[in-house]
Amino acid sequence: MSIAMLLDMAASAYDSRTALGREADGMGYESLRRTVAGGAGVIRASTAGSVAFIGLNGPAFPSLLIASAVAGVPFSPLNYRLSTDGLAELLARLDRPLVVVDEAFEHAVGGHDLVMTAGAWLSAAREAPEVPAIDVADEDCAVLLFTSGTTGRPKGVVLRHENLVSYVIGTVEFASADPGEAVLVSVPPYHVAAIGSALTNLYAGRRMVYLPNFDPAAWLDIVARERVTGAMVVPTMLARIVDELGEKPAQIPTLRSIAYGGARMPATVLERALRLFPAAGFVNAYGLTETSSTIAVLSPEDHREALGSHDPEVRARLTSAGRPVPGIDVEVRGDDDRPVAGGEMGELWVRGPQVSGVYEGIGSVLDADGWFPTRDRARVDSGGYLFIEGRTDDTIIRGGENIAPAEIEDVLIRHPALRDAAVVGMPDEEWGERIVAVVVPLEGATADADEIRAFVRARLRGSRTPDDVVIRDSLPYTPTGKLLRREIVADLSSPAAVQTPERM
Amino acid sequence: MQLKIGARYRSQVCQTEIIVVRPLPGEADLTCGGHPVIDLKETPAAGLSLKEGADTGNALGKRYTDASGTLELLVTKPGQGTLALGGEPLVLKEAKPLPASD
Repeated sequence: MSIAMLLDMAASAYDSRTALGREADGMGYESLRRTVAGGAGVIRASTAGSVAFIGLNGPAFPSLLIASAVAGVPFSPLNYRLSTDGLAELLARLDRPLVVVDEAFEHAVGGHDLVMTAGAWLSAAREAPEVPAIDVADEDCAVLLFTSGTTGRPKGVVLRHENLVSYVIGTVEFASADPGEAVLVSVPPYHVAAIGSALTNLYAGRRMVYLPNFDPAAWLDIVARERVTGAMVVPTMLARIVDELGEKPAQIPTLRSIAYGGARMPATVLERALRLFPAAGFVNAYGLTETSSTIAVLSPEDHREALGSHDPEVRARLTSAGRPVPGIDVEVRGDDDRPVAGGEMGELWVRGPQVSGVYEGIGSVLDADGWFPTRDRARVDSGGYLFIEGRTDDTIIRGGENIAPAEIEDVLIRHPALRDAAVVGMPDEEWGERIVAVVVPLEGATADADEIRAFVRARLRGSRTPDDVVIRDSLPYTPTGKLLRREIVADLSSPAAVQTPERM
Repeated sequence: MQLKIGARYRSQVCQTEIIVVRPLPGEADLTCGGHPVIDLKETPAAGLSLKEGADTGNALGKRYTDASGTLELLVTKPGQGTLALGGEPLVLKEAKPLPASD
């Protein structure tokens, strides 16, 4: 099987629908199929062993994704924000890549003989003769996706054809989109949700509209103008959208679905979004690069049920990642690697045909029974809802006690004077690690460190009270909404930082 | 034949192509249009034709299941043949779509 099969099915069914772009002048399914069949010939003729894409969202991305599959070579969208050196390092890890690059980033690619601009690739693909698909094995790599590397050297995740096809046919109904549906894609091509979005929406028959550079005003404008019916955002994007709206509910009646994921959603942002988009159904999607995107979903019905419930367990589900999608098994394991008793916290392990767990240069990290360690701390409630409490690597060990930063962050974000908060562990001679809260006050508000510590102490066990509270203007995030804890720790460790913290 | 998850088969007597979403354990007598389905890459035997009563057809992108609900196939290319297991026609599986998440 090949991911190319998904486009073949779509092209044979959706002859009158637009696949990509604006309603007025977008690319139809047949035109996309034609571009892909010609594009595969361009890739074959180049004799490249893989295809890299350095660019923004747009028609080049999904056509390269599937043309690479038809040509039988892996596809790697790279982070266009990387430096020339950063890109060179990743390109060196690919097999003789054909590098397709947006004109704007051409200067960042040097020393490669197989380079084409995205514009040149699209024109060549449209004109080249169609070539038949190369036979690929189920376990062949379809997409090699580099993790964001927030904790070290980026890892190359091997997503095989069988992983991606299983994800699509396991979680999406063919032709399930109504003819008028359109999704707005704001995540960049190098994010696994962009791969998922290209494949699932093509398969469902839903038009994809791209917002190449996220901006909240542009997002609201394009949703209205293109009559967008669904959108996927990361939490930092939703936070900026609700800030842009202020207290005025959005006037975009076409928007029926807002999916969010990619990082933890602050409860305060979600609550504001629910008020400002009263007509939209919200979907929390939890997944990892290694799991071919979404493995658990909190549906619009789950959101409504949680909001309307007086049962604290049901109410709490608003902050959960929902329940596993079909085909995914989950298990929460303790420090002894054995499943924990019901409801206890531990590391989340997952299994299923969409789970890869294979890294370039490392191989498979699945255990003997096919389970993948997510390195996320989680618990499962009595209804099977999954609660993700952050990365195991971020766990603070203070005086022998394991403390999840998320637990304290969730309290801090509800402090009336704070806009954002992060909690990290810093080396401490007495406790091993001490808890440092880095907080961002709301505009015009004053944050008082003692009062903030008292606020946390009143709501959590004493061992959770931050030892230090440090005030900052903002926190560092990746463009895809992941908090850069490493940078926070580096900032706190720098000699300059010693002057600014409010020490207890 | 032994069905494997993700395996692709074709009909010998119509355009039908399928992929196995959920296999059955053990031997499976899977037919389309009254004749055994074959591997997608194999060539159909000569002289076969659609059997009478096995021509109710199937639909693109739809899931089909057996009476026990264990086997699940997805039609990747539709045709005129009836998909059947051990002579019993497979039935269309009611879809319960998940909300779009990416």
